[in-house]
Amino acid sequence: MLSRVANSLYWMARYIERADNAARIVDVNLQLLLESRRLDAQQIAAYWAPVVESTGDEEAFKERHNQATGANVTDFLIFDLENGNSLLSSVNQARENARMVRDQVPAEMWEELNRLYLFVKSDHARELWADNPFAFLQQIRSAALTLVGIGYASTPHNEGWNFYQAGKFLERADKTTRMLDIRHATLPRRGMPGAVSQVDALGWSAVLRSCSAWDAYKAIHGSEVHPKFVSEYLLLSDEFPRSLKFCVEHVDASLRNISGVASRRFSNDAEKLSGRLLGELQFSTIEEVFEIGLHDYLDLIQVKLNLIGEALFRAYIFQPFVNLEDEILVQQEFQQQQ
Amino acid sequence: MVGTRACLKRGGGLPPWSVLQGYDPDGFYDEMFASPGQPRRHYGRFQQLFDPIDPADFEQRRNDADLSFLRQGVTFNVYGDSQGTERIFPFDLVPRIIPNSEWEYLERGLIQRITALNLFLHDLYHEQKILKDGVIPPYYVLSARHFRREFVNYQVPRDIYIHICGTDLIRGADGQWMVLEDNGRTPSGVSYVMENRQALKRTFPTMFEEIGVRPVDHYPQELLKTLKHVSPAKVIDPTVVLLTPGPYNSAYFEHTYLARQMGIQIVEGRDLIVRDNRVYMRTTKGNQPVHVIYRRVDDDFLDPTVFRRDSALGVPGLISAYRAGNVSLANSLGTGVADDKVMYYFVPRMIKYYLDQDPIIPNVPTYLASEEKDRKYMLENLDKLVVKAANESGGYGMLMGPRASAEEREKFRGLIEQDPRNYIGQPMISLSTHPTHVGDGMFEGRHVDLRPFILYGEKTVIVPGGLTRVALRKGSLVVNSSQGGGSKDTWVLFGDE
Repeated sequence: MLSRVANSLYWMARYIERADNAARIVDVNLQLLLESRRLDAQQIAAYWAPVVESTGDEEAFKERHNQATGANVTDFLIFDLENGNSLLSSVNQARENARMVRDQVPAEMWEELNRLYLFVKSDHARELWADNPFAFLQQIRSAALTLVGIGYASTPHNEGWNFYQAGKFLERADKTTRMLDIRHATLPRRGMPGAVSQVDALGWSAVLRSCSAWDAYKAIHGSEVHPKFVSEYLLLSDEFPRSLKFCVEHVDASLRNISGVASRRFSNDAEKLSGRLLGELQFSTIEEVFEIGLHDYLDLIQVKLNLIGEALFRAYIFQPFVNLEDEILVQQEFQQQQ
Repeated sequence: MVGTRACLKRGGGLPPWSVLQGYDPDGFYDEMFASPGQPRRHYGRFQQLFDPIDPADFEQRRNDADLSFLRQGVTFNVYGDSQGTERIFPFDLVPRIIPNSEWEYLERGLIQRITALNLFLHDLYHEQKILKDGVIPPYYVLSARHFRREFVNYQVPRDIYIHICGTDLIRGADGQWMVLEDNGRTPSGVSYVMENRQALKRTFPTMFEEIGVRPVDHYPQELLKTLKHVSPAKVIDPTVVLLTPGPYNSAYFEHTYLARQMGIQIVEGRDLIVRDNRVYMRTTKGNQPVHVIYRRVDDDFLDPTVFRRDSALGVPGLISAYRAGNVSLANSLGTGVADDKVMYYFVPRMIKYYLDQDPIIPNVPTYLASEEKDRKYMLENLDKLVVKAANESGGYGMLMGPRASAEEREKFRGLIEQDPRNYIGQPMISLSTHPTHVGDGMFEGRHVDLRPFILYGEKTVIVPGGLTRVALRKGSLVVNSSQGGGSKDTWVLFGDE
């Protein structure tokens, strides 16, 4: 497979996942706000600030807005084209990457992605957002789920698919850690948190909802929402498809499918780092996580995920590209030797 | 000036063939109607089936077709639009129909022409007999912008220069077919031939069987055969790739479409690398050899070490590998000289010279500005002629004399006097018209041309029909997509009715 194509499939998957997560986070927090009464501007700003923080684009937001309000945060996360990670930007990028490799993307997937693109940039989408934001967000999430479904149901699970999967699960792993980080201000810096207030419990349940984990969580822990259990579920669950461990397992498996190298061995840095992170997660407990402190732990994880992404790029994609000027020199030198 | 409107109506008491009743060709040669109310024989069955469709139903089907093009991203990019806007190539649901016997005539004429053009290019890049024998004045060839003198005596595989040709045909007021131009560099549009057919099959599913339309969907297989035919000697199972300028090229959709249909890789310049005069593509598993390149990149951009140094689309070292015979290009390098509109003037002479035949399909009468007599005539008749720059395409660099302002005509007078070699003149041909939907269930005549795609390989293959382009603006004679043109599906019938 062409390196350039692998690169585009990888980013297409990441951006679809990113768009989906932007929709999730806005959706859940809007819903949660409906349940809280009479917040003043200060309280509203305090409510939205960590949401912006969790996306990692806090500085870009502050450059444009003095204080967080519901309107400016949601606009920043959904429609702002200057925010490269907004929903609209992400859909544009996903579609642009798909367009670059149009021949490698199954027709159904391309059509669905193109449909999503035409929808989000339409006037109709803006009207729907103003009118009924939940219906708007539902459309986005349905499209994202349809894309996942098309991938599983009608895409050959070949090399390109593995690059796509690697991108998707790396992005999802990163987003899960970011959603989990939203409530870190309510936790002690280190050590296990004690009992939580009702308001905090509501906040933690929003975290679960953002990850579509609410029902699954309840099935295990009932309605008791505690940061320890929430973190354990979203980080270390073997079975939940958005947990960090689950995602890293899939990243690792995709990388090994690409190279054909067995687990417990590695042929490049990406496999080395993903295998190492997976081992760490397999042999960790949530108590150890809280000893380090949830926020610091999540920061470390995010760095490791980034390193895996960079290593993958170096192993398969970056290495073959060369500078045009240098290449012209190489050719001219060669032609002189004949 | 173009035909009276005809209206889709459905209701009791109307005679059969009411749909296009009232449609008036208005003095033009109309493809469908010999005279008002009198359809030509080969449109008879179509009209019987088309008639029962009521306006609301038609509108619904038209919307569905447009939507499906947009959803599939069957679009072209508009240059000079900072938004990077993609548009669908407007598609008209009324098909253009050609009876089989007429198609066979066109096929013979096109095969004759491509054969002569390839013989001409071979001669031009070898002995240049046609110049020495005084059939074409050497001055014209040597001054042609796309003549690559550095490739004289270079041996292209199987002596084929133009593998893929898109020849534009038109019909004048008397219905006579004429060749308007040959596109022997990187002609585009064939993907629309196949996509239009798909769209029309979805829109009028039952018509095809009942009418008997020759299929077009074998084009990609034939193209692949043509490409493999010219693989470098000794390569048994050649790797063929399609080289595209990239997603911002106006024909990018077509590039991806063809690559997918042929099951080959689509590559950009940066995906290829040349080592030891061999071409490789960079893959996740290292470099893999490439043997045939179907390039949709112009000569000038192919290799920055040879041609334009600023080209980022090309592959450094590619031409050197081509010279060494390790990679084949389709079309070959230097075919642009045959596209030169001045060379066009000489094609009938080429046919006579190489094949000792008279041209089956005539040229449009043409005046060369660098011939003194012709130039004088052109300058005196600028208000009657179409003036074209010799090396422009896409409807650019053109003066439509009868419709231009005095100012535009003066501008072209200056251009012609400054650089006569670069201009030709032709009488303005009233292209044939075809009933075309113009909104609200109304049909009017719009001017059309036809671009068949010719594959010149082990044998010459032309998929029946080609791309019918239609000038959607009322009265307009310019069919190019960049200038408000649309397209139609083209049906070649199994029989004559």
